[in-house]
Amino acid sequence: MTALTTQLQAEMNVVRRNGEQLLVTLGIPLLLLGFFSVVDVLPTNEKDPVNFLVPGILALAVMSTSMVSLGIATGFERNYLVLKRLAATPLGTTRLIAAKTLSIAAVEAVQMILLISLGFLLGWSPQQANWLLALCAVVLGTFAFAGIGLFLAGNLRGEVNLAATNGLYLILLLIGGIVFPLDKLPGALSAISRCLPTAALSDVLRDALMSAGEHTTTSWIVLLVWAIAAPLLAAKTFKWN
Amino acid sequence: MSAVVVENLTIRYGDFVAVDGVSFQAEFGEVTAILGPNGAGKTSTIETCEGYRAPTIGSVHVLEKNPFTERTAVHSEVGVMLQEGGVYPSARVFETIAQYCALYNRGVDPHALLTAVDLESKSSSTWRRLSGGEKQRMLLALALAARPRVAFLDEPTSGVDINGRDAIRHIINDLAANGTAVVLATHELDEAERLAQRVVLFHQGKIVANAPLATMRSAQHELRFSSAPTLNTQELSAHIGLEVAIIQDHFVVRFENTDSAFSSELVQRVSTWLNNKNLPLNNLSIGAQRLEDIFRNLTGGTQ
Repeated sequence: MTALTTQLQAEMNVVRRNGEQLLVTLGIPLLLLGFFSVVDVLPTNEKDPVNFLVPGILALAVMSTSMVSLGIATGFERNYLVLKRLAATPLGTTRLIAAKTLSIAAVEAVQMILLISLGFLLGWSPQQANWLLALCAVVLGTFAFAGIGLFLAGNLRGEVNLAATNGLYLILLLIGGIVFPLDKLPGALSAISRCLPTAALSDVLRDALMSAGEHTTTSWIVLLVWAIAAPLLAAKTFKWN
Repeated sequence: MSAVVVENLTIRYGDFVAVDGVSFQAEFGEVTAILGPNGAGKTSTIETCEGYRAPTIGSVHVLEKNPFTERTAVHSEVGVMLQEGGVYPSARVFETIAQYCALYNRGVDPHALLTAVDLESKSSSTWRRLSGGEKQRMLLALALAARPRVAFLDEPTSGVDINGRDAIRHIINDLAANGTAVVLATHELDEAERLAQRVVLFHQGKIVANAPLATMRSAQHELRFSSAPTLNTQELSAHIGLEVAIIQDHFVVRFENTDSAFSSELVQRVSTWLNNKNLPLNNLSIGAQRLEDIFRNLTGGTQ
């Protein structure tokens, strides 16, 4: 077994054992999709709310895995000096990051399969779906949210990071165009929300899967900026212990 | 070639000088104890040797390589035991040991390693459920997973009970006997006295002594006894021509001449003087100083 696969296995063990993180990454997106598709209470501007919800919930899934799960796990690894100890092995930073990236990709793949399957079961009908474009959006979103998660994890104590990351998750869930359309938010808040990675990812996913993006070009630019800036900021400020 | 060469190492954190121009070497097949009280600069020095930080001034070489700029090459042959932590609370014992054996890829069998550190019965336990001694043995196992040519062990017996200490000492002695250079940072002088061949004494960021333990101890001898508290140490000093100190209710005379005739004569002169003064002579001992006393002597009594 190579150092990379060894570390990937260790990362997957951490994911598997952190039940509360699995709840955030798998349970909450599935629950939100199922509940709000069946209980039509959201102002989605759609006849069938599932068509609005699926792209947004996919964006939520990316955020929950690459920001919440990765950020909280890394914050505690830093706190428990796991990263410091690993830094004294031949593993190296590149393979450590590669192992973390692959573990995120594995969880996201499971999320996408489950959420898309549930979406179809609930009557989701994609319109002229461009799956490759959607995949590109997911990759950019992963970079953006991982950068935010690692920035918080690399600078805050474990418990503070836990609270900050979960708080940010809730805020982005509410004002990120995931379950509420941005045009239903107050004017100023709506403008701010369009600059957030969640809204940008939701919008480009809606465009790629439903041909229903609202400000697609702007959203791609916003997403790209976050995908470059957030990891750079994290790399520049990250403290290993 | 020495396993570890530290030359004129200075480490600063902002304006604070943690380590101030220290130099020492550690050899293969020996346990080198880096000794000193908390805050003396031991951990900063060890962590620089482990490649966690670059020296502010000076140089460090481990296996003839720079541990900061050639990390991967150094880390593949160096075992590290942190002072605390390093394992995720939910990680299981065998799984983690197997992970480190695979990361180092030096042919160490994780089952044999588990047996060596006496943790077979805890194989499937999580880190958070281990006792203090078991945690230290597991951290030691992670260092041994490297089949190390150099092992940096930071306070390996800290918080460990007597049986656990014996097990850890046994492993460290075996490591050195098999040719590994063991660099042991500890503030427990007794631990160093039991394990080390060479001692490097740190005090306030500087090295105050650096010598083989045997040489260090034989260089300083002492006569120690108890008597009446009214004993006039100045008078006795004048009589024997050596300074008499009071340490923990004992009168102590330190001297460098290790000749047995000199020792006998000194005992004779002290006992005669006490007898003439009608003062008692109890608990008399004479011989090489304990490391603790040498340390007190060199640092002005702080530990």
